[in-house]
Amino acid sequence: MIIRDIFQETFYSLSANKIRSGLTILGIVIGIASVIAMVAIGQGAQASISSKIQAIGSNLIMVRPGAQKSGGVSGGAGSAQTLTLEDVAAIKSEVKNIKAVAPEVSRRYQITAKSANTNTQITGTVPDYQAVRSVSMDLGSFITEYQAKASAKVAVLGSASRDELFGTNANPIGEKIRINNIDFDVIGVTKSKGGSGFNNPDEAIYVPLSSAQSYLIGNKYVSSISVAASSQEMMTAVQNQITDLLLKRHNITDASSADFSLMNQTDIIETASSVTGTLTILLASIAGISLLVGGIGIMNMMLTTVTERTREIGLRKAVGIKKIYINMQFLAEAVALTFLGGVLGILIGWAASLLVSKFSTLTTQISPNSIFLAVGVSAAVGIVFGFYPARRAANLSPMEALRYE
Amino acid sequence: MIECRNLKKIYTNGDVETAALGGVSFRVEKGEFVSIIGPSGSGKSTLMHILGALDVPTSGQYFLDGKEVSQLNDDELSELRRERIGFVFQAFNLLPRTTVLRNVTLPLLYSKTSLKEREKKARQCLRYVGMEESKFYNMSNQLSGGQMQRVAIARSLINDPAIILADEPTGNLDTKTSQIVMKAFQELNHKGHTIILITHEPDIAKYAQRIISIRDGRIESDRRSS
Ligand SMILES: Nc1ncnc2c1ncn2[C@@H]1O[C@H](COP(=O)(O)OP(=O)(O)OP(=O)(O)O)[C@@H](O)[C@H]1O
Ligand SMILES: [Mg+2]
Repeated sequence: MIIRDIFQETFYSLSANKIRSGLTILGIVIGIASVIAMVAIGQGAQASISSKIQAIGSNLIMVRPGAQKSGGVSGGAGSAQTLTLEDVAAIKSEVKNIKAVAPEVSRRYQITAKSANTNTQITGTVPDYQAVRSVSMDLGSFITEYQAKASAKVAVLGSASRDELFGTNANPIGEKIRINNIDFDVIGVTKSKGGSGFNNPDEAIYVPLSSAQSYLIGNKYVSSISVAASSQEMMTAVQNQITDLLLKRHNITDASSADFSLMNQTDIIETASSVTGTLTILLASIAGISLLVGGIGIMNMMLTTVTERTREIGLRKAVGIKKIYINMQFLAEAVALTFLGGVLGILIGWAASLLVSKFSTLTTQISPNSIFLAVGVSAAVGIVFGFYPARRAANLSPMEALRYE
Repeated sequence: MIECRNLKKIYTNGDVETAALGGVSFRVEKGEFVSIIGPSGSGKSTLMHILGALDVPTSGQYFLDGKEVSQLNDDELSELRRERIGFVFQAFNLLPRTTVLRNVTLPLLYSKTSLKEREKKARQCLRYVGMEESKFYNMSNQLSGGQMQRVAIARSLINDPAIILADEPTGNLDTKTSQIVMKAFQELNHKGHTIILITHEPDIAKYAQRIISIRDGRIESDRRSS
């Protein structure tokens, strides 16, 4: 009976004061929906960037020739010729906790196939490259140990290069392509990694390192060495070992004048994340302001009606309704409003994020934390400002409450 | 059953103090019908609020059924107001944007009475005070002054209280409706209810067996009605 009465009174009171209830709910909805949508967009951006970087390979350390420059992009990195296959062999045999090492040389060439041609990056590398850079195959196979040793004239195409040269989704295995006027047999096509821009792995063409060195580039230097550490925790140790080893091998005592540089994936992710992190913070602050505005709206609504509500409470007490029931009813009202507003806000925020996903390239990510935060703040504001004045009024004597101005 | 000893009430608004009651003492026995008369501002409503356990006196004692009301806690006071006292406010005090029936059943909220029973009782009380049936579902703020007054009276009767305290219950009513309401009070009184009402009109005061006259917060006279 009591529970039903409280529900009924709550329903009656909220529907009898539609504008008051509506505006309160609106305040809650605005706050919650904007927080959820904004955070979803920010996190979506962050996730998509780090997943693209992650796709390069995991626990990856790249050694490149050229001067070590702290923090910034080194202008000369990659252009100098300081790393050799002996360095690669030394890393392989002396550095502990590594999974695989893959040297590579690369240069852009004009490529021709039967009916098309393109200009793209040729990467000469070893079978381990597949493990180090997490390359997975769509068709055929990657370069084999035997082909690497024999300097076979074989090529593995990135999915975009295949599309370019042989047509979208064609099967080019067994066909020939011409690199620098030398024929190579196509033995495989990699799965798309969805990268974009410069050095897109989907646009690359892989050939054995020895073939690239002898038929195409004509020297013994490598343009970078990719090292996969055995685990995330070993990254720093592996990096230090490589640095020490190469400094010793190149007879350099001062680390700051090293003729090579190391970069790990975490650095790249961190740099990129700090950019998207700033974006998320920006969006979150906009959302925070919306939450604040919504909160002030709720507060305002509740406080402007406090006089009327205090008199109502006075009357309820005057006819003999106990304080606890008055408190329960007003708490139920505040909870009902914040609940309705919360559910609506979540739905609208969700819908907004889905729309952004649908009509832009961003895949938004709803974060449970943002939902908890937004709902928590609005619920707290709604309940505190809905319930607190009521509780205070319920502690007055009926006449004090009825006379309240 | 009602006993006041030297009741005083001083309203304090900032620095301004208004003495509304300056020491009022009287007894009302069970089953009495008492009128309180007096000029405007003499403290009648103030006294009535104290009798209705809606306000506390600044000093003095008020006993209801032998219990000192100032000793009761908040819940006991609520129970007292609900079970024992029907109060009709001078300013009606109805819930706005709420139907007549809901206003009348308000004191039955959170009680064991079923919804059906509540509505039945409310209809009875409303008919008893001469309220038009067609207005039962009107919003309280869309009623005339006289209609609101009758809703307020009906609400005071809903719990069949032993004591009915009415602050100018006929102030907004025409002679005919006043008579209906006063006849209702008289009938209730004959059934054993104790009734105290405030009025300005000598004609209304005559329904009572006893008339207490108040002036400047003190009892001026207390006599049997002729
Ligand atoms: N809340 C209050 N604060 C200060 N003074 C008050 C308050 N309520 C009443 N008074 C004062 O107390 C005195 C008695 O008021 P009360 O309402 O009891 O008069 P009344 O006899 O009921 O008058 P009326 O016949 O006009 O209803 C008046 O002088 C009034 O101004
Ligand atoms: Mg008065």
